[in-house]
Amino acid sequence: MTFLGWLTIILFAGILTALAIPLGGYLANVYNGKRVFLTPIFGGPERFLYKVLRVDPKREQDWKSYAKSLIIFSLAGWILLYVILRTQDAFFVPHSLNPLGFESAPWNVTFNTASSFMTNTNWQYYSGETTMSYLSQMIGLTVQNWLSAGVGIVVAVALIRGIVGRTGKSLGNFWQDLVRTILYVLAPLSALIAIVLVSQGVIANFSNYLSVHTVTGLTQSIAMGPVASQEAIKMLGTNGGGFFNTNSAHPFENPTAFTNFFEMLAVLIIPAALVFAYGRMTGNRRQGYAIYATMMVMFLGAAAVAYIAEAHGSPAQHAAGLHTHVFAGSSGGNLEGKEQRFGIAGSALFDVVTTVTSCGAVNSAIESFTGIGGAVPFANLSASEVIFGGVGTGLYSILLYVLLAVFIGGLMVGRTPEWLGKKLEAREIKLAGLGILITPLAALFCTALATASHAGRESISKAATGPQGFSESFYAYLSQANNNGSAFAGYTGFIQPNAGSVGSHGVTFADLLGGFDMLFARYAPILFALAVAGALAGKRVTPAGLGTMRTDNATFVVLLIGVIVLVGALTFFPALLLGPIVQGLTSHLY
Amino acid sequence: MRRDILTSVIGIIVFTILLGLVYPLLVTGIGQVTFPGNANGQQIHVGGRLVGSKIIGQSFADPKMKNGKVLEEKGVVVTEPDPRYFQTRPSATEGGAYNAAASTFSNLGPNSKATEEAIAEHIKAYIELEGPYNPGLTAARVPVDAANSSGSNLDPEISPANARIQAHRVAAVRHLSLATVDGLVSRYTDARGIGFSGEPGVNALELNLALDRLTGVTH
Repeated sequence: MTFLGWLTIILFAGILTALAIPLGGYLANVYNGKRVFLTPIFGGPERFLYKVLRVDPKREQDWKSYAKSLIIFSLAGWILLYVILRTQDAFFVPHSLNPLGFESAPWNVTFNTASSFMTNTNWQYYSGETTMSYLSQMIGLTVQNWLSAGVGIVVAVALIRGIVGRTGKSLGNFWQDLVRTILYVLAPLSALIAIVLVSQGVIANFSNYLSVHTVTGLTQSIAMGPVASQEAIKMLGTNGGGFFNTNSAHPFENPTAFTNFFEMLAVLIIPAALVFAYGRMTGNRRQGYAIYATMMVMFLGAAAVAYIAEAHGSPAQHAAGLHTHVFAGSSGGNLEGKEQRFGIAGSALFDVVTTVTSCGAVNSAIESFTGIGGAVPFANLSASEVIFGGVGTGLYSILLYVLLAVFIGGLMVGRTPEWLGKKLEAREIKLAGLGILITPLAALFCTALATASHAGRESISKAATGPQGFSESFYAYLSQANNNGSAFAGYTGFIQPNAGSVGSHGVTFADLLGGFDMLFARYAPILFALAVAGALAGKRVTPAGLGTMRTDNATFVVLLIGVIVLVGALTFFPALLLGPIVQGLTSHLY
Repeated sequence: MRRDILTSVIGIIVFTILLGLVYPLLVTGIGQVTFPGNANGQQIHVGGRLVGSKIIGQSFADPKMKNGKVLEEKGVVVTEPDPRYFQTRPSATEGGAYNAAASTFSNLGPNSKATEEAIAEHIKAYIELEGPYNPGLTAARVPVDAANSSGSNLDPEISPANARIQAHRVAAVRHLSLATVDGLVSRYTDARGIGFSGEPGVNALELNLALDRLTGVTH
């Protein structure tokens, strides 16, 4: 560990907060329908889009109508993406947009990929540069990077409206929220980030793969592509699906320590800002700060544990005789699967940033993290992505936990629980409880199925013996259920014997189980969150009295952390023991 | 319901055009105009020939010969490090090291025997190559980056400590003074990002090309 390593983590938290507060104010204005500084530019296109889409933005929707629009739109996106991916070698695809003539992946892999990108998971059972055409990356995957992010954000906005709403059952209009999210939030930020990334060395071209005659006379082929545009929205929308197989470890996706820092900010900026937007929209900024503090405490804890564990090094390194302390000119630590330019702190922090959110991008091999270092992403996923979480998904998920915490707090003081002046009743608590438990249920069910069946164990990599094999399987279904998409990447659903798409085949069991895992665990919680919004909308607000439990102070932060940790630990502890914790507690090699 | 379906179908087409065509073309166009070098992968040409990308690692090795023929194993050319050059980190991409058309993680687990074996092998190879020029070089002194594969397996950089050790070999083989080689190492060491983030690293390709220029090696 080094002073600069710790400084990186602290400065990151500080800069993030400083940027998120003003952006939160901007978001609140956008979703409250107020004029913002971009209105003169995007007001026209906004009205034009409503006309083209035949949408009346003033039509108010209750939760069922809102959910219906959301589901139908997502389904349309899924179908189009599936068709695009399955026809990438069809006659109408221009050669320059599929220069290597990649064939389509088989149906089962494509089912997984289409489900993955529509659900903001971006789990990848394919390798970008050896199977995906430029056209598929652009009109297929990049588009869902935007839309899945937009869908996540609007659910959070709808839930806030339900919490605030005092009359009627309206949660707003899905189409209006989606169009505004894309125009006023994602488009300007994404374009800005993309240009900054190109200026630092992320590539942006449609060239054929480079054919290099190396210094010693060997041949090297270098993959190319329109990376910067996809990279920007991949981070900003907490998507995480890499253009290349090695994602943000690839120098063309993440060329310097600066881009590494910048990409981490891009991942967390919207989830963090939404918390402040929540505070403004509910008229209770202090509660926004309380939720932000809850997230930040857990985030910093995770970053510290990961950094300490990775700086310590792994049992395999020590057994091989390698010394892992820092000395002049050497980072030390567990550098297996990590890039020199990011070092230990830059890799550990990136890992935490992308696993607390639903981003799932990786700049180092999580499978090669030490037992405890690897337990951190496990723990982040076990907390159901509420530590900042995905764009929108993080906020609506933690709000379900807030509801639960208020309920438990109410039980402790023996009063009907109240939240922002609204009485919480059996219906909301039941819906919130189901919304919280459904994701862990999907993760554990799929893990059990995958580890207990022969077809499931097919996907475990050969080198992953003992607890590592269990970790691979568990992480796969936990990550897909939480729509994260990071992986213990030895686990596979797609086998490419010749490093090309020809002759490759999918592992049907893993592809289908994972696909259903993602779909179920994405849309079930969305429906529960919207149902909670519907149940809260229109409830009468009573002024806070002397006996009202406060939900905006340090006590509540502690209570909320307690509830999140308790639910996560009770659900996942037995499974975690079998994998990463066993490895973290022993120096035994398997 | 019908209204939602209609809007969804129009919506997905409109958004696909805007976000899947207009947006990437715009970004790529701006990138090509304002930062053409970066947008095209920081290609390095020597004598009109493309010798690599500045930010993609490559293998500085020669094909192993046996009876005048290039030795192959399972269709992959067997190579051995070229002692004139600084060596990049161990890489295990498919079809030989540093295959930049198929980046891949090594996925070596922290408690796996396979990991220990791989690392031990890298340490052994490193000491075999550098030991003769660095008397007393033991496993304990091998920098971690020299024995661990990187994330992308395409890491263009090595640690300064690793470069200082290799400098002894390169200086001896090229008949240069150690101070000259060390000077070049310093020149091609990238500082930490924004002054505090990440680790300094030595760009192996730039360093090796500078050495070739200095000693008049042509490609």
